[in-house]
Amino acid sequence: MPNRNLGIAAIVVLLALALLPLAGSRYSVDLATQVLIYCLFALSLNVLIGYTGNISFGHAAYFAIGGYACAVLLTTYHWPLVLALPAAVVISGLAAAVIGYFCVRLTQIYFAMLTLAFAMLVWGIAFKWKDVTGGDDGFTGILVPAFLEGHISYYYFTLATVALGVGLLWMICHSAFGLTLVAIRENAVRAGFIGVDTSKMRWASFTVAGTFAGLAGALFGMYNRGMYIENAFWTESAQVMIMVLLGGIHSFVGPLIGAAVLYLLQVITNQYTPYWPTVLGLILLVVVLVLPDGLVGLAKRVGGKGSRAKGSHA
Amino acid sequence: MTQMLSIKGLWKSFAGFVATRDVHLELNAGETHAVIGPNGAGKTTFFNLITGHLRPDQGTVIFEGKSLVGLAPEKIVRMGIARSFQRINIYPRLTVFENVQVALIAHAGQHWNLFKSGRSLHRDDTADLLRLVGLEGEATEIGGELSYGKQKQLELAIALASQPRLLLLDEPTAGMSPQETAEAIALVRDIVRARGLTLLFTEHDMSVVFGIAERISVLHHGEIIASGTPEEVRNDPEVKRVYLGEHAHG
Repeated sequence: MPNRNLGIAAIVVLLALALLPLAGSRYSVDLATQVLIYCLFALSLNVLIGYTGNISFGHAAYFAIGGYACAVLLTTYHWPLVLALPAAVVISGLAAAVIGYFCVRLTQIYFAMLTLAFAMLVWGIAFKWKDVTGGDDGFTGILVPAFLEGHISYYYFTLATVALGVGLLWMICHSAFGLTLVAIRENAVRAGFIGVDTSKMRWASFTVAGTFAGLAGALFGMYNRGMYIENAFWTESAQVMIMVLLGGIHSFVGPLIGAAVLYLLQVITNQYTPYWPTVLGLILLVVVLVLPDGLVGLAKRVGGKGSRAKGSHA
Repeated sequence: MTQMLSIKGLWKSFAGFVATRDVHLELNAGETHAVIGPNGAGKTTFFNLITGHLRPDQGTVIFEGKSLVGLAPEKIVRMGIARSFQRINIYPRLTVFENVQVALIAHAGQHWNLFKSGRSLHRDDTADLLRLVGLEGEATEIGGELSYGKQKQLELAIALASQPRLLLLDEPTAGMSPQETAEAIALVRDIVRARGLTLLFTEHDMSVVFGIAERISVLHHGEIIASGTPEEVRNDPEVKRVYLGEHAHG
């Protein structure tokens, strides 16, 4: 049973992550916090790309909306975390629902361009709405509750929240809804003729993806104690997309692996050279040319077993 | 017999080319009706107009008393009309099992369920449908890797999963060898009888339809030039001229 193996692997990874602060330095704990946040961000995007077959080029918008919303509610309005965080998630979900309503009317490259356009609009709002977002200077000094001020306590908070988010996304991706999304990806016309309203389903998928991106963004803002307009910029959308592609869009865990590998590569690269974008470009080149199914696809090929890759998400 | 489908004055043109010209067709419940005509006669367009894939320029399509014109395909399926396609139209990278399972999920309206595992649903019904079309041995194979004939059988299973009262099959034997054709027709006939379905199907090869159709309509240049029992159609002088004549030359 591949599901049982995956379950064991998940428990082992969770245990290792839970024990990390005992063994690791402050630096490694901080790094792990960031990696976890990007894992959730990448996984949320893959609901759209891998499962629904809709390539969004503006996913950073919902990450940023979640981050800014949480920052404003916590700091400007002094909401408690138990309200501010869920509210931030709901706000990013609503934003995704509104934007998605228009985007799902189009498909393929036109869909991608529209998601990009809306993301640029969100960036523009973050830039111009100085009173609320801090504009170009960013929103700094986010007030985090006292119990999350320590880096280790925030790490555990992130771990628990991301684990919950990943668990929910696992359930959604493997639900009847998720299987139908895969059918839409494979053949939207046929899906219509079995009685599926494909645009409504794509809309729902867009909203789910935006909601979880917002959760990741809120975690990021609190970790960083600040949100900046760069977090909404299109390069962020591109980077998370590369994470997804690197890990592999045709498996649930692919984006998690892609996010971790790419983020760590970026950190390592930055220690030696300022040319991370060049390295990123080279990575993208390799993925597109030789790793169409990402690192997970490579592992399957090397492993030999399970090479009869399941079309759907195993 | 009660009337199930009534089509009146149906027109469709594409940039000046008239693909469907004033088509009338009445279909009684339980009837097996073939629409025949050479390639390019407008058979697929006719099907697309009924099932909501295309919108007619003019005319009415009434199914069990309700108008279908302007409804989206997913609405029409839910009213009890399912179809197959002339060119294979499955989910090529899903397993054979999942291809049918998704259709059952959609039919049950469970595609909005975010919590229940998709793979756990309708397993028995899926297996039953696969057995019905003779694909029980291929359940775990990838749909797109099946042979052509088996993909056609899979299409049939997907269409049946929507539990239609009216089944539309667009050239169910296209691309098949004579042997496969005979088997496919026998399979369709058995299923239609066992389930009491009304069947409307298109076919370009006239010899195929005489064994199964109770009524035949002949489509030529988007127009129905004859309609009746197989015997009547066979003896129709106009049909002989435009259709059988072509075969005689070929």
